[in-house]
Amino acid sequence: MEALFAVTLGVLTASGIYLILQARIFPVVLGLTLLSYAVNLFLFAMGRLAGGVPAVIGRSAEYGDPLPQALVLTAIVIGFAMTAFVVVLALRSLGETGTDHVDGQEPGK
Amino acid sequence: MMHAPILPLLLPLLMGSLLLLGHRLELPLKRLLSLAATWSLVPLSAWLVWLAGDDQLRVYALGDWQPPFGIILLVDRLSAMLLLLTALLAGFALLYACRGDDERGPNFHALFQFQLLGINGAFLTGDLFNLFVFFEILLISSYALLLHGNGAERVRAGMHYVVLNLLGSALFLLGVGSLYGLLGTLNMADLAARVAVADASQTPLLAAAGYLLLTVFALKAAILPLYFWLPRAYASASAPVAALFAIMTKVGLYAILRVFGLIYGAQAGELAGLANGLLWWLALLTIAAGVVGALSARNLQRLLAYLVVLSVGVLLAGLAMDSQTALAAALYYLLHSTLIGGAMFLLADLVSRQRGAEAGDLTQGPSLRQPLLLGGLFFLGSISLAGLPPFSGFLGKLMLLRAADPGEALWLWPAVLVAGLGMLLALSRAGSALFWRPGGDVIEGEDDRVRLFATVGLLLGGPALVIFAAPVMAYVEATARQLRDLAPYLNLIGGGA
Repeated sequence: MEALFAVTLGVLTASGIYLILQARIFPVVLGLTLLSYAVNLFLFAMGRLAGGVPAVIGRSAEYGDPLPQALVLTAIVIGFAMTAFVVVLALRSLGETGTDHVDGQEPGK
Repeated sequence: MMHAPILPLLLPLLMGSLLLLGHRLELPLKRLLSLAATWSLVPLSAWLVWLAGDDQLRVYALGDWQPPFGIILLVDRLSAMLLLLTALLAGFALLYACRGDDERGPNFHALFQFQLLGINGAFLTGDLFNLFVFFEILLISSYALLLHGNGAERVRAGMHYVVLNLLGSALFLLGVGSLYGLLGTLNMADLAARVAVADASQTPLLAAAGYLLLTVFALKAAILPLYFWLPRAYASASAPVAALFAIMTKVGLYAILRVFGLIYGAQAGELAGLANGLLWWLALLTIAAGVVGALSARNLQRLLAYLVVLSVGVLLAGLAMDSQTALAAALYYLLHSTLIGGAMFLLADLVSRQRGAEAGDLTQGPSLRQPLLLGGLFFLGSISLAGLPPFSGFLGKLMLLRAADPGEALWLWPAVLVAGLGMLLALSRAGSALFWRPGGDVIEGEDDRVRLFATVGLLLGGPALVIFAAPVMAYVEATARQLRDLAPYLNLIGGGA
């Protein structure tokens, strides 16, 4: 389980960074999204990868940690808002500069 | 429980929400509400500064959930001082904005209030994840404020700023997540206590989490390899926004101070002073990069933006020296550089407005309508910024130079003194281009006294820091002492969870 989880995170992060380095707006937005998925999964795993235990202290010898889920939820909401903002900004950038390069001009010009 | 610590958050939050709901209100009414809320932060934070003067740590448990289970707000001398600084800077910047810069979009004032909420929250919170949340509030309002009003240049600068900061947020979460996974808490004081007793096998992972957080804060603070977004963004922002942003790099430095002064502080055993060696060299290189940038700038706003980078380097050197006197000096320099830096952005805008199409470009342009007045103010601001006696920059640098021990002085003295010379060169070159080489007729127009008042008000912060140097020094020295004595912080959580 841990190994699978780690590999998934690694692949997500690597793909995200690769896409961000494309320096075109659409791949960059996708890359940021993949990266934030990886981060959210990572946060989730910080409560340890175990199932079937209650999230209340005292009910059983082991208990699940509810905090990472709260953190992930917050991170998802914030990440969603930020992605929406980048998309709007990307549209405006395309309108104002006429290119989808993140520098606002085609390279070499 | 006293509710004073949460008021600097509630006030901008409620006013921002109100302004958002009432986005169809008349502009004069919005201005009045926004100004009232911002200026009432000044007496409020002055009161907090006065309260913090008794060296007690004031904890406000949100929802009365006791730490470390709930989120706490923490008021110590440092956070109270920075709140007051933010309130003053924001008050004058907003006054300036109310003379026209807020007309380009309907929600300027709401965004401004949310920006203040984010900054105040970052200074007050005692919880690492909450710090992340306030960073995001601060960032999303700053994106919108930066892009406020149209222009291709703003969109270009804004795109870099937004994408970089989103990447920063991802790293921040990775750092916070690792710390939580290792130590099982997010409360900064509790983290500090648990780092002290952490298992030796966790040390490399804890260090990795620390460096992740350092990368994020270095991005916000604009420290050497991560400062390239700043000059473009600050130079293209409207003047009041650029002036308010003078505090934003300090939020990054504040976070470095909190995380590396408290969590990785003296109690942390092997991890104590984790980043100091690295930060020291980065600080010196940041100073050098700031000077080179300032000397090569062809535009007044860009020049000032590089001087912001330079001041970050000087401040960081003060933090990295890891001594009480150096910390006190850095805090004094922080007050000075924020106020004067903000004032200079406003002044640059006043000058640009009288130069028509040339605006802030350092080329021959029309004569100014008020060459003596603006030239005089520019002169005062410049020598204050460059650190010549008798102004505040001089005192701050002097304290910092005296705080260096011989080994550090070998590097710090040349860096700071040569940087001072470079600043003086850059600013005098800009001043002579703007004021002494008029090449055309005066452009007729109206002069705005309120804008001038706001600029002069901020600029007077420099002389005020000199006139009241004794109480200010006493306060920053007490702040440094409080920050270096970790025992009260560690005792906040009743002997660990």
